[in-house]
Amino acid sequence: MDSLSRLGETFLDWKQIAEVLPSMFAVGLPNTLVLAITSGLIGAFVGLILALMGISRNPVARWAARVYTDVFRGLPAVLTILVIGLGFGPIFREVTGSNSPYPMGIAALSLMAAAYTGEIFRSGIQSVDKGQLEASRALGFGYGPSMRLVVVPQGIRRVLPALMNQFIALIKDSSLVFTLGLLATERELFQIGQDAAARSGNLSPYVAAAIFYLAMTIPLTHLVNYIDTRLRTGRPEKREPDEAAAVVGKGAQA
Amino acid sequence: MSEFASGTLSAKNIHLSFGSNHVLRGIDLHVPQGTTASVIGPSGSGKSTLLRVMNRLIEPDQGDILLDGRSVLKDSPDELRRRIGMVFQQFNLFPHKTVEENVSLALRKLRKLSKEEARSEALEQLDLVGLRHKADSRPANLSGGQQQRVAIARALAMKPEVMFFDEATSALDPELVKGVLALMTDLAKGGMTMVVVTHEMGFSRNVSDAVTFMDAGVVVESGPPEQLFTEPRTDRLKGFLSDVL
Repeated sequence: MDSLSRLGETFLDWKQIAEVLPSMFAVGLPNTLVLAITSGLIGAFVGLILALMGISRNPVARWAARVYTDVFRGLPAVLTILVIGLGFGPIFREVTGSNSPYPMGIAALSLMAAAYTGEIFRSGIQSVDKGQLEASRALGFGYGPSMRLVVVPQGIRRVLPALMNQFIALIKDSSLVFTLGLLATERELFQIGQDAAARSGNLSPYVAAAIFYLAMTIPLTHLVNYIDTRLRTGRPEKREPDEAAAVVGKGAQA
Repeated sequence: MSEFASGTLSAKNIHLSFGSNHVLRGIDLHVPQGTTASVIGPSGSGKSTLLRVMNRLIEPDQGDILLDGRSVLKDSPDELRRRIGMVFQQFNLFPHKTVEENVSLALRKLRKLSKEEARSEALEQLDLVGLRHKADSRPANLSGGQQQRVAIARALAMKPEVMFFDEATSALDPELVKGVLALMTDLAKGGMTMVVVTHEMGFSRNVSDAVTFMDAGVVVESGPPEQLFTEPRTDRLKGFLSDVL
């Protein structure tokens, strides 16, 4: 009983949690969202370019996309963030005069996200039936417009669930930018939890951070499942009752 | 009088290999303006490939393609394909777009019509194939026959000079074939220049002006339908006809 109440105090000290909540809402949550959404968008954009390079007929483009993807998918996130942040941070500081490691954190997260989303986009685009490109080319569209108007939109639709999963991973990985040493206003959820935990010697602030992460990731996971089902079964379209008997034009009996 | 601005299409001595596989071995095909040529033959004889070479979805290794007497091999292939409509066995409608958008996409992006103009032209084409009431449905909610008629409307919307049909009824349930064939017959009677790769011997015999029988990448026999179907001269055609009729 004694050890149980001690555990409860360690993890669920409500006073500690209440103390950390305001700064989590005001600072941590916005920062986590900015990190995840910005690097998600940049990553998706670069990823799409990587995917198109990966399926291009140009061997140099294919090779470059391959090497990039292998490298950034193969490295631990924390290593990439540290190397990019510490390595390019000083150059960035010289050029912009900004002392903040925050942009470098976003850059590192984007580079990793691009490698993963690139592979997701590539598999989606390649899963589109060859007849789609052929039909578009037969209408007189060039390769570029055919990909843009016909093939890529279908490919992306198919991989929306996988993209959402990637975004969830990004929300979690955004916590790793704490390794770059953030200013007080730049701290994201994890860093705020960690600071408070270090100050009080109690783990409850971590629990508060965990609740914030779960509040974002669990609904997103279920949204993924919903999108996935919807994509597989399609939108239920109401059918006209007399569809079979509909009056049709000349030469049409089917 | 023709209601289409159609053209004469010729393929001359077309050769094509995929690696060591010599798919087309010197094909000649002449389709005068306003006529329908059907191409028949066993699977793997190169019929569908020939169509794709004639609109340059595949570039020939050798030979020439003439539209209205002029070689088109030096033109942009995209320009050529705007002049030739193509209908596929698997329809290949764009599933992420509505029926009307399928038809109007090329009108907006290639012929640069405004959204409203393109839509009204698309609806007109859909009316012609009897599917105006399906304009805002998705292709997946249409029967195979309806999808193929939309595909025909999509090709016709570009006002092509020649129409290609690549086994357009082969993927359809038997009861849906008739509607699509009737539409193709209307087009042929209306004066469209057409090249029809088909397994429908009835259509080939009754509607087309000329029949070409291909086997193993060569034209084995060609001529008017009556001649090929009633007095086949080669054993290969005789064998093929006794297999399919």
